[in-house]
Amino acid sequence: MRTTTNTARRGPLAALLALALAATGCTGAGEVAETDGPDLSVSPGVTDDAVVIGTHQPLTGPAAAGYMSISRGAAAVFDHVNEQGGIHGRLIDYRVEDDGYDPARTIDVTRELVIEDEIFAMFGGLGTPTHGGVIDYLNDEGVPDVFPASGALAWNNTEEHPLTYGWQVDYTKEAKIQGQYIVENFPGQDVGYLFQNDDVGEDSQEGLDQYLTDEVVTRQHYESEVTDLSAQVAELKRSGAEVVVCSCIPAFVALAMLEAASTGYDPQWVVSSIGGDTATLQGLLSAFTEDTDAEGVPADTFLDGMLITSYMPRVEDPDDEWAAFFIDLYEEYGEGDPMTNTHIFGMTQAVMFAQVLMSAGPELDRQALVDALEEQEWQGPGSVPFSSSGGDHGGHQGAYVVQYREGGAVEMIQGPRVTDRDGGPIEEVDFTPLSPQELVFHD
Amino acid sequence: MSTSATEREPRTAGGPARRRVDLPSPLRHLLLAALALAAVAGLLLVTGDLTALRLAAVGYTMLAVAGLQLLVGGSGQVSLGHGAFMMIGAYTMALLVLRLPMLPLAGNLVAVVAVATVAGVAVGAATARLHGPYLAGATLILAVGLPGLTHRYHEVLGGSNGLTVRTAGAPPFLQGLVSGSEWKALVVWTAVVLGLAVLATVSTGRLGRRMRAVRDDETAAAMSGIPVGATKVTAFVVASAAGGLAGGLQVYVLGTATPSMFTLSLSLTLLAALVLGGIGSMWGALWAALAVVYLEIWLSDAVRAFELGKDVENNLPIVLFGVLLILVLRFQPLGLHGILQRLRALLRRAR
Amino acid sequence: MDHFVDLTLGGLASGAVYAALALSLVIIYQATRLVNFAQPALALVAVYTAATVAPLTGSYWLGFAAALTAGTAAGALVERFVVRPIARVSRLNGIIVTLGLLLVAQGGVGMVWGNDQHGFRYAFDFVGRPSPADVFALASVAAVAVLLFCLYRHTPLGLRMRAAALHPEAARLSGVRAGLMLTAGWAISALIASLAGMLAGPPFISPNVFDAVFVYGITAAVVGGLDNPFGAVVGGLLVGLGMSYVSGYAGPELATLTALALVVLVLSVRPDGILSRPAARKV
Repeated sequence: MRTTTNTARRGPLAALLALALAATGCTGAGEVAETDGPDLSVSPGVTDDAVVIGTHQPLTGPAAAGYMSISRGAAAVFDHVNEQGGIHGRLIDYRVEDDGYDPARTIDVTRELVIEDEIFAMFGGLGTPTHGGVIDYLNDEGVPDVFPASGALAWNNTEEHPLTYGWQVDYTKEAKIQGQYIVENFPGQDVGYLFQNDDVGEDSQEGLDQYLTDEVVTRQHYESEVTDLSAQVAELKRSGAEVVVCSCIPAFVALAMLEAASTGYDPQWVVSSIGGDTATLQGLLSAFTEDTDAEGVPADTFLDGMLITSYMPRVEDPDDEWAAFFIDLYEEYGEGDPMTNTHIFGMTQAVMFAQVLMSAGPELDRQALVDALEEQEWQGPGSVPFSSSGGDHGGHQGAYVVQYREGGAVEMIQGPRVTDRDGGPIEEVDFTPLSPQELVFHD
Repeated sequence: MSTSATEREPRTAGGPARRRVDLPSPLRHLLLAALALAAVAGLLLVTGDLTALRLAAVGYTMLAVAGLQLLVGGSGQVSLGHGAFMMIGAYTMALLVLRLPMLPLAGNLVAVVAVATVAGVAVGAATARLHGPYLAGATLILAVGLPGLTHRYHEVLGGSNGLTVRTAGAPPFLQGLVSGSEWKALVVWTAVVLGLAVLATVSTGRLGRRMRAVRDDETAAAMSGIPVGATKVTAFVVASAAGGLAGGLQVYVLGTATPSMFTLSLSLTLLAALVLGGIGSMWGALWAALAVVYLEIWLSDAVRAFELGKDVENNLPIVLFGVLLILVLRFQPLGLHGILQRLRALLRRAR
Repeated sequence: MDHFVDLTLGGLASGAVYAALALSLVIIYQATRLVNFAQPALALVAVYTAATVAPLTGSYWLGFAAALTAGTAAGALVERFVVRPIARVSRLNGIIVTLGLLLVAQGGVGMVWGNDQHGFRYAFDFVGRPSPADVFALASVAAVAVLLFCLYRHTPLGLRMRAAALHPEAARLSGVRAGLMLTAGWAISALIASLAGMLAGPPFISPNVFDAVFVYGITAAVVGGLDNPFGAVVGGLLVGLGMSYVSGYAGPELATLTALALVVLVLSVRPDGILSRPAARKV
């Protein structure tokens, strides 16, 4: 470090800075000045033959296990899109940054994506605590924040975050549909809750409690850092709950099922979309049935009869056009790992993003993308209506219900229904997505 | 100014005191601090927002590591729970900004240091009797247990999603000249260099000598009239205050505090970085902070340059970090600072 | 009352696992005076070896044997070639190097097997409370504790290992091959860590699977006292039971705080753990 540069010129600057530092030290730290909205008529990351988009995902660390497949699925779809010639002649350059599910790192990699990689848009940033830390920044900088991956209610707040567009059905909507389904189909039965102790559990209970009241005999929660559910499952069993609603991620659904099996407890499981990935569950549970003392009990017995709310095509249903399309696509462009509904999550997101990029037209800037999002008439691949306009950035508006059957198939037992996240009614809708051939999402 | 900064670094115990300038130590450290601040300000002027964020991260990480250095290198108490104090500082800061937005930043930071000090007194007093692995175990479980509080009191502390705050950026008359991030980096470094000056003063003063005496031989220290328990607790408290301030500054920059930011791996990373950087010198803390902030970024970029499978690409940076740690310690027990010193000695001889 | 029994049995089952890890920590501490962060790394090597060998050979127990062998070998090699030259210079550096090893192992496992979770079966049937798997865990931990106690108190090898750890110079003068004793200590410890991994791994393994278990293992070792293998067992069961009761009666978010409270309580009364002898070597 050489310090012999022009000190005379530094003098006034230093004085100014010192003054300003003193001023910062003395004004309210939480008093933030209002600023004008950012300029959207720009198109960083866009060239004639490419568009750069970015995302933050946990690829290492404890959370990686459940979520790595999402960006793999999305990457496979973008590879396919690029193979077909891209979108308006532009190839999608999808940059995945690892944040290890640590919000401090999310902030760092997000800045790196925005400043260094000059991404055109943030796509599918994963996690509530992680993405929650960058949502202000993205909106301040005018970076479209498209389809964050979690069901938090916070993504749908157009007043504060006009550039954020939710995607996943929010936990409350989904839980309302679960609650109504239970009341209608298991009248008079005792219900127990098992939920993750964060906004997943909080928002889910809000929805469930609109329909379930006296039926609820116990509410158990778990912390994602503590992988022991014996106390909770023992209490569920003791309370005599005949139906258990599990607002949990797959690892904890599997744990709960193992724990229940080990204590001889066999309730009707109702699982949210986040945990109801039977392909992942089977992978986890198969070790406990092959060649063990529980021989002759295939993994399916754990899962048989499980009720799942869902809003996407499902990998268990290869007769579905989109599911079949995704399975073939992943065969060709994937990493060779077994395909799960978590992959489909990322693939559905990617197709919808590609679709809106298509609609935005060849003259691409951020305003065009936002306009396209606001005007898009969504027709799949998601299996329920989708909202991204008119002050409602809530994404998928509802869910359908499937039941898993031994042997690996799922059966739709209640068609798509939509609702809001407050006290509004649940309504049946008639919704059929366009087929993969009809839906335009690449050149 | 002809004296280079490196020659004025605080000396470790045992080294001959070859001071060229006989300024009283607090003044000398403040002067150095001003120099460091000028250097950072200069760096900020020529770089962008991303570097500003990372420089700020280097700043608060360095402060946390320097505090740990005083504790581990100075007094010989190995704490595996330094992240807990960063967490205390971070949540204090976030709550203050949320609940008392009109409170000036300086006031917030003073309050953060005060809270962390109180926490340090409590923990330090409870652990003063523990030695070696028992202290390590107790502080380890502190780092793991403390985030549990955010779940228990999630109405106040926000559960796993934590607290999100917005802090004021550059004052109005500087808008357009410096960006919000650059401004915050500058504020962070101002606080950091002040904190470092205090740490350096403590370390070179009477307390520092007492700490080293306790570290080298508790019994001998006690026999020569040093209050062993009080010295250990004081070291713990000073380190906690530095950690707390670092956490508070982190929230000021990042605007969010969640339990997942303060996991055990943070505490372990701080300790590993301290040893990697070089224990026993403030410069070590700087190399440590640079390693924490930049090494993984560089390693990831380097790994990405090769076409590797996804599993390899994701995990290789972690492996390389571990290998580097092992190799440095294998061949240079004084870490990166030791390597640099050796290089300098070689250069000097070549001249 | 039923609930109490459930919680007790659940707590004992997880306590056994913590005890196993605590035992391996006690051994290594006895042999080298190090807190070894590479312990979960050795356990990782073991379980992933088992997860690979068992399906190949079709036998869980061949996988089990391979796991213990691989873990033990890894422990001995790492001590001889990585840890010893570094720990000789500085004990703190020795601890940090074990952290580096943990990173290498976690990253390495992720590179080879991926970061996703894999199902990993129990040694015995897991159905029932207590299940055969629980009983196996408790019994093997008890057996290991007894064997270790005998090794240390009643065999020349144990005596030499303690001597090499406490007073390496004096031990060397009286003809003990101190280096060999260090390696032996690590090998035994790695063997127990591998066993602990096989007990703690199920139901699902991933590169970070042992992080939490290891923390409670250290907690157990510190609570029980690092000088006595039975201390590790007592500590492990205490931590397991405490966390289970608090989770069940007050809420699982308090589980980690319980471990913290336990450490504070025990160490404020007995700074060297429950089953330690009064520190005679202090002066």
